[in-house]
Amino acid sequence: MRAFPRKWLAVLIALSIVIPLLHPVLPDLVSNYRLFLVSTMIIASIAVLGLNLLTGFNGQISLGHSAFYAVGAYTAAILMDKLDCPYYLTLPAAAILSFIVGYLFGLPALRLEGHYLALATFALALSVPQILKYKWLEGLTGGVQGIVLSKPEVPFGLPLTEDQWLYYYCLIVMLILYWAAANILKSRSGRAMMAIRDYHIAADTMGIDTSLYKTVTFGISAAYTGIAGALSASAIAFVAPDSFSFFLSIKFLIGLVVGGVGSLTGSVIGGIFYVLVDNSAQALSTFVKNELGLQFDLSAYTVFGILLIVLMYLMPMGIAGGLFAVIRRLRRS
Amino acid sequence: MYKTNRRAFVAGASAAAILSGTRAAFAQKKYDDGASDTEIKIGHTNPYSGPASSYGVIGKLHQAYWKAVNERGGINGRKINFITYDDGYSPPKTVEMVRKLVEEDKVLCTFNTLGTPCNTAIHKYMNQKKVPQLYVATGASKWGDPQHFPWTMGYQPDYQTEAVIYAKHILANIKNAKIAVLMQNDDYGKDYFEGFKKGLGKDVGQIVKHATYETTDPTVDSQVIQLKDSGANVFFNISIPKFAAQAIRKAADIGWKPTQYLNNVSSSVAATMKPAGFDNCQGIITSLYLMDSTDHQWDANEDMKGWREFMAKNMPGANIADGGYIYAYSVSYLMEQTLKHCGDNLTRANLMKQAASFNKFRVPMLLPGISVSTSASDFYPIQAVQLARFKGESWDLFGDIMHAESS
Amino acid sequence: MEQFLEQLASGLANGAIYACVALALVMIYVSTDHLNFAQGEMAMFSTYISWQLMQWGLNFWVAFLGAVAISFVMGVLIERVILRPLHNAPVLSVVVVFIGLLAICNSMAGAIWSYLIKEYPSPFPKSSFGIAGVIGPHQLGVVLITLIVLSLLFAFFRFTPLGLAMRAAAQNPQMARLVGVRVDWMLALGWGLAAAIGAVAGIMVAHIVYLDPNMMGGILLYAFAAALVGGIGNPGGAVVGGFIVGVLENMVAYTGNQIEKLTGVYIIGNGEKLTVALIIVIFVLTLKPAGLFGRVVVKRV
Repeated sequence: MRAFPRKWLAVLIALSIVIPLLHPVLPDLVSNYRLFLVSTMIIASIAVLGLNLLTGFNGQISLGHSAFYAVGAYTAAILMDKLDCPYYLTLPAAAILSFIVGYLFGLPALRLEGHYLALATFALALSVPQILKYKWLEGLTGGVQGIVLSKPEVPFGLPLTEDQWLYYYCLIVMLILYWAAANILKSRSGRAMMAIRDYHIAADTMGIDTSLYKTVTFGISAAYTGIAGALSASAIAFVAPDSFSFFLSIKFLIGLVVGGVGSLTGSVIGGIFYVLVDNSAQALSTFVKNELGLQFDLSAYTVFGILLIVLMYLMPMGIAGGLFAVIRRLRRS
Repeated sequence: MYKTNRRAFVAGASAAAILSGTRAAFAQKKYDDGASDTEIKIGHTNPYSGPASSYGVIGKLHQAYWKAVNERGGINGRKINFITYDDGYSPPKTVEMVRKLVEEDKVLCTFNTLGTPCNTAIHKYMNQKKVPQLYVATGASKWGDPQHFPWTMGYQPDYQTEAVIYAKHILANIKNAKIAVLMQNDDYGKDYFEGFKKGLGKDVGQIVKHATYETTDPTVDSQVIQLKDSGANVFFNISIPKFAAQAIRKAADIGWKPTQYLNNVSSSVAATMKPAGFDNCQGIITSLYLMDSTDHQWDANEDMKGWREFMAKNMPGANIADGGYIYAYSVSYLMEQTLKHCGDNLTRANLMKQAASFNKFRVPMLLPGISVSTSASDFYPIQAVQLARFKGESWDLFGDIMHAESS
Repeated sequence: MEQFLEQLASGLANGAIYACVALALVMIYVSTDHLNFAQGEMAMFSTYISWQLMQWGLNFWVAFLGAVAISFVMGVLIERVILRPLHNAPVLSVVVVFIGLLAICNSMAGAIWSYLIKEYPSPFPKSSFGIAGVIGPHQLGVVLITLIVLSLLFAFFRFTPLGLAMRAAAQNPQMARLVGVRVDWMLALGWGLAAAIGAVAGIMVAHIVYLDPNMMGGILLYAFAAALVGGIGNPGGAVVGGFIVGVLENMVAYTGNQIEKLTGVYIIGNGEKLTVALIIVIFVLTLKPAGLFGRVVVKRV
């Protein structure tokens, strides 16, 4: 794993803290909408990081992370809606519940490898929306109607807008989670996780408790994604079963691969890409139609498909992998 | 920096205009965000990609409609800037896109945003921001609530009203009805089913079987078999065209012959009845409020001629059997008229006021006798439907036009 | 009892659909080692081609053969043009490319043929026979065609040198290359065959679920389950897996119904039938991790 240069990291974090404060000075450039957009990117990058811990660093594939995202989002929503729980307390609750679900799911997953694990996680992704609609849970989950929430209020009378606060709230959570992930990966446990990914049998013979590591990794990965889900419930202020379809899992997967498998930087890029790709595909399709005068109706979905293929063609190791390769080449010359 | 200054200047100037406007009678022009002397900005979201992409035709027609309006010279001399975004039928994406429309693009209002969950996700936001969320493209019953949500208005007859009408018809015409219901398991299906139960009232026990399906199910064969097995003699079909057609055909295949009621959502001859097989569709009852382009009884109708002309001129190559084009045309027309009525007073408050002051207003493509009526307390533009029975290859309207006041 | 039989028959009929698509998935897996997410959309696209050919006045079977041939060529082209440069890319990157293909096929079909659902003819006679009412002639025809395709595939892989070469190329590319198999072309051939089988599946399915650009969305999910239940590398297993998933799903709904009828309590119904069926499948898989018909691959360190 290539670490991001520390100096640059500090600069980036400083910038991400200072820039939003410029909102009153530059209301157009640092607009509430843009802060909200960045918040959704942060949330997505936490979810992608969760998937990355499992797939990128531990070698277990998952098509079911939309399920953990949903567990987190619904935990937060139900706590806020039914118990008037303050929004910041929903995060630990969502993390714990998602961890338990992930850990339990990791147990049968031990017996399954490769494509079968894909099937099992895929089944999980399909069943969660159904479970949310289940007749006897309707009272809790709101059934197909979902739950409408309020956005987090600015605490302590800080002179911030709602979106500024949402941004900082997400940013703080993200920094903590990334810091924790970086530390886990650097530790003995992290090396064990990666050893299991690379040489499963060798890791086993060296005395690593592979079953324990794999299930706990599953739990941690689920917890990360669950926290992202809980944040999204606060940010969007609405949850409904339709928001957590199998396609969400696919989008996380796209974020993971496009960002960079097995790279922390890649997860951030993946989260940004996850949000930007739809918008840019749409902009590109309108551009082609209006500016280049193409007669054929090139839909945004087509552009999206082409973008993915071209990206993989240019950077099969993801954007993070591609960037590092470019930097290395520049340094050498 | 220049940009900021200019904006500040414009804001100042328009503020000044408003101030002077209140004092002087001759300066009538009033604007909110998204309106100016030359332009009116309208926002829209619609799924163009993903599983719900069949609704994309609605957005395409809107684009063609506003382009045609602009070619005619716009509305009261102002061009319409119609901005439409793809939300893929995903509520979080709708929130993101609508915030972009309101805060970045600064639209005057949103118009015909599509989907019940998508509109639910932005319902509160639009009302907090006091931006009109006009003529939403969903039939849920919650859009006409001016007391709590004065900035949101529906368009089509709501699902509950429609279901009540079927229930009343069953009670009046079928003795000892045993009713089987097929329902799409989401908020659209639920809304119909709730209305249906309400309509049956104390006779709700006549529902002997209720089966649901998911949109990811390949077929509804299994469900139809269950419904037949219940021994029901009435079948209420709450499903989208693809599954409605499957259900009608499967019922005929396995020799189940109940009296069938089909929701308006699937009343399209081209999308439902033809694929199901005309033989299997005879006698099915539905309720209509729009004309169907494949129904030859409207061939001589002036509205239909006008619409066909519009389609030929502005959307050559489009499949005119698609009911989405008719729906979108009618709602666009209503929006155009609403803006026209606003005159030079293009504020959000006035827009809502104009939208809420239609009295028996005739909108093209609505069935003869059906019109748009709204008031400060009535945010359901269309509330009338007419029952129709399928005969031969088209719908045969019967009975009076029914006005059911939504509860 | 009558309902039981009808549910069973309908389960088998649905199962045949899943089996057909699952066969195409297995085909790609056997020849290239990838799970193709775009398989369903490619099949849908092929079905539209056959529909278009019929619109131009061709007879059903001519259009059928035409579409299968065109799909074969398209499959080969996709492999040669799009996937060729990615031979050395990680598996997940290829999966993302498949998702890209899925998006392109889906949106192009919508742009060309519109999203309005179309009825699609059945080639089988409409006459009723002994078990009419329980299973329709088209459903029976689909089962038949699926079995024919399966036998052809079996014969191809088992008895032709080309089939052997394809298997070799997928299992051990380096070794195959050494004994003179043109591995690149074998991969392309695999894609072509898979696309052709997909076309057959799409054409069979379209009469039942109607033709529209999203018709394969739901079915692909079931076909995945079917292919995996049967052991992903085994065509026969995929077919059996298809039937298992189809029947199991209906039986879950049926059982739920009977329970509700007897006790008056709703426990499982149509909303949960897929979930429960998949849980059963996964439970079985944890006991037999290589799929019902897969062989356990012994790993060497």
